[in-house]
Amino acid sequence: MNKTPLYEMHKQLGAKMVDFGGWEMPVSYSGILKEHQAVRTQAGLFDVSHMGEIWVEGPDAEKYLQYLTCNDLSQAEDGQCQYNILMNEKGGAVDDIIVNKIDSHTFLVCVNASNTQKDWDWFQKYAAHFKVKIASKSEDYALIALQGPRAEKILQNFVSEDLSKLKTFHFRPDVIASPSERGNSPSALGGSFKAKVLISRTGYTGEDGFEIYCSPSEASFIWQKLLEYGTPLGLLPCGLGARDTLRLEMAYPLYGHELSDEIGPLEADLGWVVKINKGNFIGKEALLGKKEKGIEQKRVGLLMIDKAIARADYPLFWGEEKVGWMASGTYSPSLDKNIGCGYVRSDLARIGNSISVEIRGKKKLARIVSTPFYKK
Amino acid sequence: MNFPEELKYTKEHEWVRLKGNTATVGITDWAQEQLGDVVFVELPEEGEGVEKGDTFGVVESTKSVSDLYLPISGTVVEVNDPLLDAPEIINDDCYGEGWMIRIEMSDKSDLSDLMNAEEYEAYIKEGE
Repeated sequence: MNKTPLYEMHKQLGAKMVDFGGWEMPVSYSGILKEHQAVRTQAGLFDVSHMGEIWVEGPDAEKYLQYLTCNDLSQAEDGQCQYNILMNEKGGAVDDIIVNKIDSHTFLVCVNASNTQKDWDWFQKYAAHFKVKIASKSEDYALIALQGPRAEKILQNFVSEDLSKLKTFHFRPDVIASPSERGNSPSALGGSFKAKVLISRTGYTGEDGFEIYCSPSEASFIWQKLLEYGTPLGLLPCGLGARDTLRLEMAYPLYGHELSDEIGPLEADLGWVVKINKGNFIGKEALLGKKEKGIEQKRVGLLMIDKAIARADYPLFWGEEKVGWMASGTYSPSLDKNIGCGYVRSDLARIGNSISVEIRGKKKLARIVSTPFYKK
Repeated sequence: MNFPEELKYTKEHEWVRLKGNTATVGITDWAQEQLGDVVFVELPEEGEGVEKGDTFGVVESTKSVSDLYLPISGTVVEVNDPLLDAPEIINDDCYGEGWMIRIEMSDKSDLSDLMNAEEYEAYIKEGE
């Protein structure tokens, strides 16, 4: 299995490790419920270095990315992060991504760990048609996510930027991270450490937070320093288990569940990501066709009424009729209820509708509710 | 990790406490640790006849669903109902308040392939 640059940190902290798409990753350190709670009330620290990065540069950089995706990058300002979807010709999703726009000639694209190779192949396929230089940089980056209400206070100890001025879904590319910043008392660990990192005010939890792109050799030090600054404020290291319960409470899609080669933004209730009039792009025709004919399945948020947990792939019923499937489901720590996202026949996708989930041969009642499930 | 001497153990990581003809069943410290936070448990009905090797319910964490296997045949005479509303008791006290079901045994020879604490601990070490 692949190991991230922070592997030793996880072992030192006694993390429970798991195989996630070929990566040996921490699923939890002190317990999923405790970690989830920490992110919602204080702060959590996540290693997401398994995710991939692709640099796109050149006179056609924006034109090229506009062609590959359904959101409108011309609407993003320099220094803005845009949630976007790499489209295929059928109107399905190759991947969902974050595009960091340095300027219209320079982009850092962050892609899902499970799709790193697939996306890189896709990018290469189309790059030849544009005046653009692309580089696969996944090995050159570690990625640390610091999420929660205390995130800004914790990170501010360590960086030169005034984080209160960094708006949500914006980033700064060359931030100095150093323990000697902000006049802190020197600590035992490397007072002379200095790193240049990219910090974006983004995340996958629904809380305020930051994602820190640094070089692999700097990752351990940054991780340890953040824990040092943050532990007195309630910061906990958090694994993939809490990452999943947090994102599901926000009804954020997870590729392979809510999105796939067959399931695109229209089915996935991500119509807001599609700017159909922005010009030509892969999948535009298919999307126009779907809008005209109507889509067959729609994603909904489901709240379990009967005492049971609905999980991915469990079939969904309307009376005796099978009408869909669960994409993701779990226990929600913040709501103390069982929730999930599912796909149902479009005409049934109405808030308030009762849908049954077949769990181990028995039908358990659920109700379609509005999302996100968790609201502050 | 704790494996009380007076209990018997199964390969599916359940423990059995014997008292006369009654067997109390739960999951071991190793099992609850592996699961992480237990958020849901499904148990059988009292009065149900059960066969050794069948599943008698499930125990779920946020990330996983695990079947619970019957170590012996008989009739379910008692179910630990408080677990249904407070499944976390299984994490806190898996051998005490976290007991799951009580069975009136129908065939005592079922007990012959249960392990003692030492054998169970060795079994776990083998698997690691």
